[in-house]
Amino acid sequence: MSSATPPADDSRSLTRRTAAELAQMLRTRQVSSVEVVQAHLDRIHGTDPGERGVHAFLHVSADSALATAAAVDRARAAGEQLHPLAGVPVAVKDVMTTRGMPTTCGSRILDGWIPPYDATVVRNLRDARMPILGKTNMDEFAMGSSTEHSAFGPTRNPWDLDRIPGGSGGGSAAALAAFQAPLATGSDTGGSIRQPAAVTGTVGVKPTYGGVSRYGLVALASSLDQAGPCGRTVLDTALLHEVMAGHDPLDSTSLTDDVPDVVGAARNRDVAGLRIGVIRELSGDGCQPGVRARFDEATALLVEAGATLVDVECPSFTAALAAYYLILPSEASSNLAKFDAMRYGLRVRPEKVVDPTAEQVMAATRAAGFGDEVKRRIILGTYALSSGYYDAYYGSAQKVRTLIQRDFARAFENADVLVSPTAPTTAFRLGEKLEDPLAMYLNDVATIPANLAGVPAMSIPAGIADEDDLPVGFQILAPARADDRLYHVGAALETLLEVRRGGPLLDRAPEISSASVAR
Amino acid sequence: MTTTANGPGTLDEVLDYDTATAAFDPVMGLEVHVELNTVTKMFCGCPTEFGAEPNTQVCPVCLGLPGALPVLNRAGLESAVRIGLALNCRIAPLCRFARKNYFYPDMPKNFQTSQYDEPIAHDGWLDVELSDGEVYRVAIERAHMEEDTGKSLHVGGSTGRIHGADYSLVDYNRAGIPLIEIVTKPLTGAGERAPEVAKAYVSSLRDLLKGLGVSDVKMEQGSLRCDVNLSLRSRQDDDQMSVPLGTRSETKNVNSLRSIERAVRYEIKRHAARLRTGQKIVQETRHWHEDTGITTSGREKSDAEDYRYFPEPDLVPMQSDPEWVDSLRATIPEPPAERRRRLRAEWGFSEAELRDLINAGAVDLVAATIEAGATPAAARKWWSGELARQAKARGVDLCDLPITCEQVVELQGMVDAGRLTDTLARQVLDGVLAEEGGPEKVAAARGLSVVSDDSALGAAVDRAIEANPAVVKKILSGKTAATGALIGAVMRDMRGKADAARVKDLVLKRLVPQEGETDL
Ligand SMILES: [Zn+2]
Repeated sequence: MSSATPPADDSRSLTRRTAAELAQMLRTRQVSSVEVVQAHLDRIHGTDPGERGVHAFLHVSADSALATAAAVDRARAAGEQLHPLAGVPVAVKDVMTTRGMPTTCGSRILDGWIPPYDATVVRNLRDARMPILGKTNMDEFAMGSSTEHSAFGPTRNPWDLDRIPGGSGGGSAAALAAFQAPLATGSDTGGSIRQPAAVTGTVGVKPTYGGVSRYGLVALASSLDQAGPCGRTVLDTALLHEVMAGHDPLDSTSLTDDVPDVVGAARNRDVAGLRIGVIRELSGDGCQPGVRARFDEATALLVEAGATLVDVECPSFTAALAAYYLILPSEASSNLAKFDAMRYGLRVRPEKVVDPTAEQVMAATRAAGFGDEVKRRIILGTYALSSGYYDAYYGSAQKVRTLIQRDFARAFENADVLVSPTAPTTAFRLGEKLEDPLAMYLNDVATIPANLAGVPAMSIPAGIADEDDLPVGFQILAPARADDRLYHVGAALETLLEVRRGGPLLDRAPEISSASVAR
Repeated sequence: MTTTANGPGTLDEVLDYDTATAAFDPVMGLEVHVELNTVTKMFCGCPTEFGAEPNTQVCPVCLGLPGALPVLNRAGLESAVRIGLALNCRIAPLCRFARKNYFYPDMPKNFQTSQYDEPIAHDGWLDVELSDGEVYRVAIERAHMEEDTGKSLHVGGSTGRIHGADYSLVDYNRAGIPLIEIVTKPLTGAGERAPEVAKAYVSSLRDLLKGLGVSDVKMEQGSLRCDVNLSLRSRQDDDQMSVPLGTRSETKNVNSLRSIERAVRYEIKRHAARLRTGQKIVQETRHWHEDTGITTSGREKSDAEDYRYFPEPDLVPMQSDPEWVDSLRATIPEPPAERRRRLRAEWGFSEAELRDLINAGAVDLVAATIEAGATPAAARKWWSGELARQAKARGVDLCDLPITCEQVVELQGMVDAGRLTDTLARQVLDGVLAEEGGPEKVAAARGLSVVSDDSALGAAVDRAIEANPAVVKKILSGKTAATGALIGAVMRDMRGKADAARVKDLVLKRLVPQEGETDL
């Protein structure tokens, strides 16, 4: 892999900047928000469309982003006190409702729906006056690990346009890796923030369950879903985390605690004396050699920096995947029942029926509007919740969940954070696992336990696998409500790796341009 | 055996009621849905007012828009706990919701947020009094919280039902209004009085909910709705406990007290007719027809119907803190039956007297009148006497008569002071009810008051003595009982405005001054 050529012109250099740098440049009025937003819009325009375009965005909201930017510039000129990230653009995963902006969740069934309200997270972004560049691609209703299940076509991995960017939040991760946006939001039900971060060489955090409001986050599995921040650096991710998080009275499951000092933690790089637990069940067999090698290297670096390694056993994690694929479809089957053509979104009249009943319209709409993966999980969940099967499936899965929570509780008695590779492999090729759902599901084996237990977890880039030159993710997990620990350890490791590597990992990604995506 | 029409082409046979109840013992289960009168909906901040323009009281939450989440209305939970306590239920220590999954256009999320195996209140009872004073204890299985659905309006077609309609409109104003569903245990042993028990139960429940102030309980507006489950079992078997419950039918939305009684009666007759002829009872929902007084077959309810309940993940379970429950217990009004027992003792009425008041809906009015200063006897005399007659004549409820309890006290005070005779008091009452003002004002305006001025009365007495020589002769011969006739003559002369006691005095003074008045 050749290292990238340094940015040549001003606008490219703006897109290469971190959010923290942009915030600083805006504050000191070295650059205007309109310039920053325009640079990113140009970058999106140059790299997103086309047959081999990244296709990170489902909708680009150029006008409203520029309008917000212009307002921020005026306010700044008038000397108004602004949020530190005011004027720094952000991309929003298309699973969050945006007032006046389409929200499809990657599904045909919501084609054309313009929500009348903002998700709380989106509200928070707007309150901070961050221009929203647009809505990013995702697997339909967040069901998938590759973004191939988007009804509007897959997103490509900027590291290799023939490979998947992970999923379900592949659009947000790819937008960051392709320098189309400095920050993006995600949602993580079983790894949808962390696995895309891992395979695109970016950072992604699933906060503690309840740490970020779910109001306006279109539900996949309510007890597992958690919105979170995506960025290219740990500090950037912390800055966005701070904007997104906090108690929301509109979400009953929202925590009332103060948001942990994630930004402060991202600036503390001292890991001396920290106990780092290596989860035996997630760090051994089943990992691609390059993934294993980068993971071992990273833990060795932490030890060199003064941390101690602890071997941690979480025996119940082996049942996590099975439990997850009962709980998720069960909740999803109910959450997705509302898409019935009666109130919003797609409405399909059944063919060859003269005077269709409401039921027939519902059935025809759902048959036409949902993709195969969504149907597969609705059927699975409907079955698992059926009377006579409930105890054996949903009931047992909930028991496994309790066991996993206990495993975490025990593990955190001996370790301050736990670590594992984020995903067992690097990005696979588009289409490679499309016909094999089980192989696809296995990609989430290391990320799922955090969702089942509600604990926070982060993926940061650990380097590149020798065998395929593709990014490898390193996962850090912390106890519930201790999200700051992720940023503390993540920032430390990020620095150690950059020192060893001689720069950010993404500098080593191949350059993509309108020329490379056209063909 | 007679038959009644049951929709196009089908006829339901019914058995004569007495024959039916002689052969079978009805088992009832009553499900009452109560809309709470909270200011906002169960899980969002939308108003709950009845009768607004369609779809004007909605928001992302109660429309079930993607991404919206519920937040429990604390006032709804409080009402639910208070209802549970008033029904002598146990209150669940943990309040948890469940999703009931089924598809219907008036359900915004296609699941109803409800409670399943952990109702907020369970295992209670309510004593209900029948018209002859017999008390039947209704066992309560559970009372749980849930949200109401929207309302479908089927336009076109003849039935007003979804089948045959040209199109349907849905109003989601009602969606998300807090409901409490109160479910009885199977009620047995009421025998031929089952219809009466059903009516008395819903009526008592309505009074109780009204007393708690948690619902408007207007059956005609649907804020109280009743479903009637009914099955019959044979009386042949001596050991009733060993007889399994028969197949039941569920009659939906029986929405007046009278209809409840009629629907139970009808279903007993219909079931009995089928069982008599060896036909099976179909487990189904049935529609009640107010006009014809029959039920017709609705949706067949198979056992396979599966709502796929599971715990609602969007709402965190809430602890019912015992101290909080106790503080709510202190707000529960005295149960109606207990209250009636207490009042009867306090007032010194007979069972029959109190029952008359209950049946006339006069208990609260009598209590308020006593509270305002009347004696129990006087209060009862007015409300079950002249006022009851007036209400009946006007076709209104007693409490809707334009008279206050304070005015009744005032009126009685005038009688007690000898300023009004009963006849005069009735005339004053007419004026009050004609909204001419309070008793004093009416009496003054109409010139209604007893004349006790001796000179005026004396003249009238003299006239009476002169006009009735035969009577005077009798009195003078010792037949003092004849005095009544003279008093009557004076009263007529004075147009009822004379003080009868004073007249008697004067008559006796004039004719038999040597005799004691007490002899009369
Ligand atoms: Zn609402």
